Amino acid sequence: MIEVGLGHYLAVAAILFTIGVFGIFVNRKNVIIILMSVELILLSVNINLVAFSAFLGDLVGQVFALFVLTVAAAEAAVGLAILVVYFRNRGDISVEGVNMMKG
Amino acid sequence: MNADTLSRNLGLLTPEIILAGGAMALLMLGVFMKEERAGRLVYFLTIALLVVSAVAALFWTAGEGQAFNGAFILDSLSKFSKVAISLVAAVALIMALPYLESEKLLKIEYPILALLAVTGMMMMVSANDLVAMYMGIELQSLALYVLAAFNRDSLRASEAGLKYFVLGALSSGLLLYGSSLVYGFTGSTGFNEIAIALQDGPNVGLVFGLVFVICGLAFKVSAAPFHMWTPDVYEGAPTPVTAFFATAPKFAAIILLGRVLMEPFGGIVDQWQDIVWMLAFLSMGVGAFGALTQTNIKRLLAYSSIGNMGYALVAVAAASQTGLWALLVFMVLYMIGVIGSFGAVLSMRTREGMVENIDDLAGLAQRNPGLGWSITALMFSIGGLPFMVGFFGKFFVIFAAVESGLIWLAIAAVLFSVVSAAYYLRVVKVVWFDTSEIEFVPTAMSIYWVTRMAGLATVLLLPVLGWLVFRAYSVGLATL
Repeated sequence: MIEVGLGHYLAVAAILFTIGVFGIFVNRKNVIIILMSVELILLSVNINLVAFSAFLGDLVGQVFALFVLTVAAAEAAVGLAILVVYFRNRGDISVEGVNMMKG
Repeated sequence: MNADTLSRNLGLLTPEIILAGGAMALLMLGVFMKEERAGRLVYFLTIALLVVSAVAALFWTAGEGQAFNGAFILDSLSKFSKVAISLVAAVALIMALPYLESEKLLKIEYPILALLAVTGMMMMVSANDLVAMYMGIELQSLALYVLAAFNRDSLRASEAGLKYFVLGALSSGLLLYGSSLVYGFTGSTGFNEIAIALQDGPNVGLVFGLVFVICGLAFKVSAAPFHMWTPDVYEGAPTPVTAFFATAPKFAAIILLGRVLMEPFGGIVDQWQDIVWMLAFLSMGVGAFGALTQTNIKRLLAYSSIGNMGYALVAVAAASQTGLWALLVFMVLYMIGVIGSFGAVLSMRTREGMVENIDDLAGLAQRNPGLGWSITALMFSIGGLPFMVGFFGKFFVIFAAVESGLIWLAIAAVLFSVVSAAYYLRVVKVVWFDTSEIEFVPTAMSIYWVTRMAGLATVLLLPVLGWLVFRAYSVGLATL
């Protein structure tokens, strides 16, 4: 049996974070996927915080994680609201369509 | 925590409590009053609240010190920043009213969102803990995302809001990931404790986290290479919102960056100085060369703000007391210049509506000499051309860089300043020497006065600058 230690949790969080960042930049289809990627980034941070908190025996990390969860909910609400406004004006939500302004 | 410490701690938060409580009271007022009557009332009350909070930050707070176990700090630096942020936000709101009324955008949400954003900025400049820093940044950002998309029937505004949201959320994610690593490798989120933990020197995980934190904050100050959202958001968002974006949030973010780098990470200057001067160098370059081909004045000002943030980062890279006071002087003078320039952009209204091209300014000096002179002075000032006040802002920044031994960065700053003079002078040339038939309709009183006063300030502040230098110097001394 392998002992699951801090390093494993940090590796999972790093992988999720990378997937999230790539999800924002590589995805060319849908803005909703960007919102999902943002959530993924924030949740990877939560894994980090909780893992460090357990490792250090310090509660601040878990309190921080709760704050992050709350803010993530607010951020998703604002993001979806802006997306709805954008959809009403534009008629679709493909990432390639977001190109009114250039230069 | 007993009642005494609680009231002492809350006393340090007086300006924030005024703004947060006021925002909620105004929200109630807006809900229970009729929309058409509430609009103007809430608007004026918001401006009054901002002025009251500036006064409170200056006179009513219970001394200086730390509150809530060191999560919140009130020192001369944060006091100065709070006064500057509240006042510039109040001016931005005063200037926005005629625009909002003519575009039928005057809803109670606009001033209240601005108020909440200012509350977030005040938290940012007073944050002394990673959690407090994150909450401040998010309170500010979430309000600003909505403001960018405030004109919800406009495709450009909603696209600006979407872009700002996506990149802002990404930057918050980077910042947060960095914060989690810093917490893990130092064992604490408080800035005081981090500084103590770093006395034994840095480790790899911590430096990794620090780089993420710097990247996240570089997004917020729109430093290159994290600047790509700036021109689009500035162009798409309604002009008074852009005027707000270009001033108070930038100021709060650069002060926060300065505090984060100097206080908790002040012991490992050699680890972050290279990153910051690279950011400064790239921002000045992008600002200087990106603006040369622009035709839209809002995009031009966006690149100008990227470039000017580069100069502010030069002051941060100096990592000294001199750098800190140079940063404060530079940012205050820059905000005066920018708020006036956006006043000039708001004055560009023809009978058909708002215009935004630089060519539309042609011949302005003959038809409207007051505005022509103001634009000339403001462009000279934000371009740092001698001898408006902006020149001295840049002068102090470069002085601080030289003092810290960043000679090459100082030379680059001067050279980029020469390049960027080209496009500031182009605007002045269009205003004075080109001709066109475009006639602007008379501007509203508030925009008229903000533009003229800011234009005058670029000259009249020259004697005051000596005093300001002295004041900023003592602020910088007290912080370190």
